[in-house]
Amino acid sequence: MKIDRRSFLAMSVGGAVGTALTPLPWKIQDDLAIWTQMWPWTPFPPDGENTYVNSVSTLCGGGCGITVRKVGERAVKIEGREDYPTNQGGICNLCASGLQMLYGPTRIPYPMKRLGERGANQWVRLSWEEAISMVAEQLGEIRQAGQPETVACLSTRPYGSMPALLKRFMTAYGSPNFMTTPSMMDAYDMTLKRMHGVDGRMGFDLENADYVLSFGSGLIEGWGNTVHMIRINSKWKDTNAVLKQIEPRLSNTAAKADQWIPILPGTEGILALGIGYVIIKESLYDYDFVNNFSAGFDEFRRAVLSGYSPGNVSKQTGVDQSTIVALAREFARARRPLALCGRGQGTVPGGFGEYVAVHALNALVGNINRPGGAWAMPRPEMDGWLEPVLDAPAEAGLAKPRLDGAGSAAFPFAGQLFNRVPVALKAGEPYPCQALLVYDANPLFSMPGSGMVREALQQIPFILSFASHMDETAMMADIILPNLSHLERWEDVPVTEGFHRPMLGLAQPVVDPQFDTLHAGDTLLQLAAALGGTVAASLPWENYEACLKEALSPRWAELEDRGYWIDENFTPDDWSLAFPTVSGKFDFAVSGADLKTLFAMTAPQGDDGSYNLKLIPYDSVRIANGAVGSPPFLIKIVSDKVLKGKTVLVEVNPETARAAGFGEGDQAVLKTPLGDAAVRVHLSDGLMPGLVAMPRGLGHTAYDRYLAQKGVNANDLIGSVEDTASGLDATWGILASLVKA
Amino acid sequence: MSNTDDTKQVAVDDRDRVPNASETGGPIILFFMIGFVLSLVVGWVVFPKLLYSQKKQPIDFNHVQHMELVDEGCESCHFFREDGSFSGAPTLAQCIDCHEEVQGDTPNEIKFVEAYVQKDREVPWLVYSKQPQCVYFSHVAHVKMGNMDCVTCHGHIGESTELPIYEQNRISLYSRNIWGKNIGGFKKNTWDRMKMDDCAECHVREGVRQASVQTGKGGCFVCHK
Repeated sequence: MKIDRRSFLAMSVGGAVGTALTPLPWKIQDDLAIWTQMWPWTPFPPDGENTYVNSVSTLCGGGCGITVRKVGERAVKIEGREDYPTNQGGICNLCASGLQMLYGPTRIPYPMKRLGERGANQWVRLSWEEAISMVAEQLGEIRQAGQPETVACLSTRPYGSMPALLKRFMTAYGSPNFMTTPSMMDAYDMTLKRMHGVDGRMGFDLENADYVLSFGSGLIEGWGNTVHMIRINSKWKDTNAVLKQIEPRLSNTAAKADQWIPILPGTEGILALGIGYVIIKESLYDYDFVNNFSAGFDEFRRAVLSGYSPGNVSKQTGVDQSTIVALAREFARARRPLALCGRGQGTVPGGFGEYVAVHALNALVGNINRPGGAWAMPRPEMDGWLEPVLDAPAEAGLAKPRLDGAGSAAFPFAGQLFNRVPVALKAGEPYPCQALLVYDANPLFSMPGSGMVREALQQIPFILSFASHMDETAMMADIILPNLSHLERWEDVPVTEGFHRPMLGLAQPVVDPQFDTLHAGDTLLQLAAALGGTVAASLPWENYEACLKEALSPRWAELEDRGYWIDENFTPDDWSLAFPTVSGKFDFAVSGADLKTLFAMTAPQGDDGSYNLKLIPYDSVRIANGAVGSPPFLIKIVSDKVLKGKTVLVEVNPETARAAGFGEGDQAVLKTPLGDAAVRVHLSDGLMPGLVAMPRGLGHTAYDRYLAQKGVNANDLIGSVEDTASGLDATWGILASLVKA
Repeated sequence: MSNTDDTKQVAVDDRDRVPNASETGGPIILFFMIGFVLSLVVGWVVFPKLLYSQKKQPIDFNHVQHMELVDEGCESCHFFREDGSFSGAPTLAQCIDCHEEVQGDTPNEIKFVEAYVQKDREVPWLVYSKQPQCVYFSHVAHVKMGNMDCVTCHGHIGESTELPIYEQNRISLYSRNIWGKNIGGFKKNTWDRMKMDDCAECHVREGVRQASVQTGKGGCFVCHK
């Protein structure tokens, strides 16, 4: 028998036929298909009994009620609490990604001391005892040298027991320099103080408004309480309320509004005055309110009628005269009209004049403290605490002017102006800052003019951060005493951000601490104890939980039981009682301010004639741009029309792009007086010609590989512009040009 | 040059020759049969042995012994939680009621108490009937609402005195019980296999609603959410 090639072929054919008659090929196919359903690198939640813990998310200012599903000790899903008054079961994408903030790789696992250069991200681990005694020693020395005022503290939120505790610590220590990151609420606080005479916060009964003029507010993109606002917007569709969106870019809010009114950036306040002009000229205002409950109307009227005729306003804003007149008539004739401002998410306050102009519209139509109107609300207070104890050094320190100039002769009505600190430190006025405490804030990333902020931080010899995640500001710190993550800690979360009911939520630990971290409240109490004397006496609590319970003692039982407290029956004061101003009336004259200066438009930085475009930042609900960076889930939902690979796309009107020789997706260099950045061009008819729009929240240098080095931080290119009338950050954009890469 | 010509010549000759049957037919069929039989042996006998790894359960559990002591049959240990979800393999918390101390003197019992109970470690039971993550299976819908017996899908495991060897598919990483012991996929009993077709067979036969309760969508969405 001869074995040749044919024999092998025959055997192979036999093998193939045989194999086809066995389960082998089909079974392997099936197994491979199943294998693709359980790749070992795909994480699955563990099996087991589901338990639920109610809490409040503190990742943004909204403070939504959440319910976290756990399997065993592992938190596996965050959902909105159905019975929470603001979000009613909904949550935003940042909050839904919260588990990545809890378990993700950017957590700071233990107390650390900087080893290398600032920002080099080289650290050495400390024990808590070592870390606290090092900080106490540092702060003790400054206090002993009689300079407690040179220590400043920055917190994200103004309200709640943590900011209150930090402020109390600073007061007892002897420093007037407690600050919060600027936001539109600062401007609204000032508006309330100067027009209503009320030291409180602004609330809006949005649900009952039937005609809303939004001067650039991203109502469904993170303005106010994100989820609550999305619900309100849906409700408006049911109640046939009208939303008119005034802004240069076709944002989601503009796209879903009844009308989008494109306007040249920075001129929103001028349009409001133009609308006011028509209302006054045509006598469409509320006579009862204006005649009986307001003062200074004549001054306001003179200021408006002297320069804001529709013709004038149209020239400055780019809005048609007929549109201005129509808006004014519709607004004045609506039953419950409401005018709102705070650009985008309101993370940059804007000029005070704008707020006065917009809020004056509410006053002209008498929709103040009325259903569907703007309400003066009390501030959430810590009722359960006694006054801090002050010794002589503390009193001497507190008598010094503030670093940011708030409350000084120049800015008597400002509560705090952190945006002025970089300028003040550069000038060395009124005194240098020797130490900065940073709680839950990332100013180096989130504030316009980040270059200036960096310079300011470099000048401060000692920075203490309480960060839970390694963000840009934490990387500049000398010592980090890491806070527990938002799902590991107790915290009271007052619902503010324009909400029209006094309300307080309680965040409670969902899981045990995952790392060697400590609640910043406890850290602060330990620091106070280590400093001793009156500082320790002013913060006498054994731990933060005890301090929190005492602060909220009248409502603690309800908070613990239900997770929130709300005053459902709150109604704002009647007009006759509502205005504790000198005249006892609403003040159109803004406590004697020079209205002409107040209403002047803030010019953008760097007008040297070499720039032909204007760069405006925009806020997106898909990109976190505040103290917290976008977790990986969030970055995944950013469109490739916004971020392609590592390059950000800037929106440009096709007409503008064509004139500059750019097509869709072309590479370009965006130049502003503050720097250059490599970008790509995205053509968009939804942006007015002559502008370039860039999203806020990209271009992180810290955080993980999912977020870092992607895109450009708009705040690197856009500088902070101070509103001379108020000291507030009035930045709305900057001059820019696009050149070929 | 001449070399090439020679080769051509040979090739032509070769083609022209008619091979007789005794020279080719026999051996070719033989080789075909060898290949055929070998592949059948590989496919039906060797392949299943290679495909599955064998694992012993951490503790050899005696179902019969426990069934004698409990009142509610399988549901005494494999119970429904308050929210309707199914507890599956018992956790230590349940076992500990009786097994806080060593009961009797079997090596298994001693191992269980010393290695797990005393160290407060959960027993890493290997679950024979674990379905892929993409399958949404509700016990409550089948057992409580559909009045099905445990045996229909799980067989007579409750009558066993020791746990069978757990065979794990090296490719898909699932238990052999899903595909079934028979590599050809043939089954005699309802519990012999737990593939999608087996679910579908019963759903069709019983006239189960062919749409998802939650979404109202038909077909795939009943089980694949």
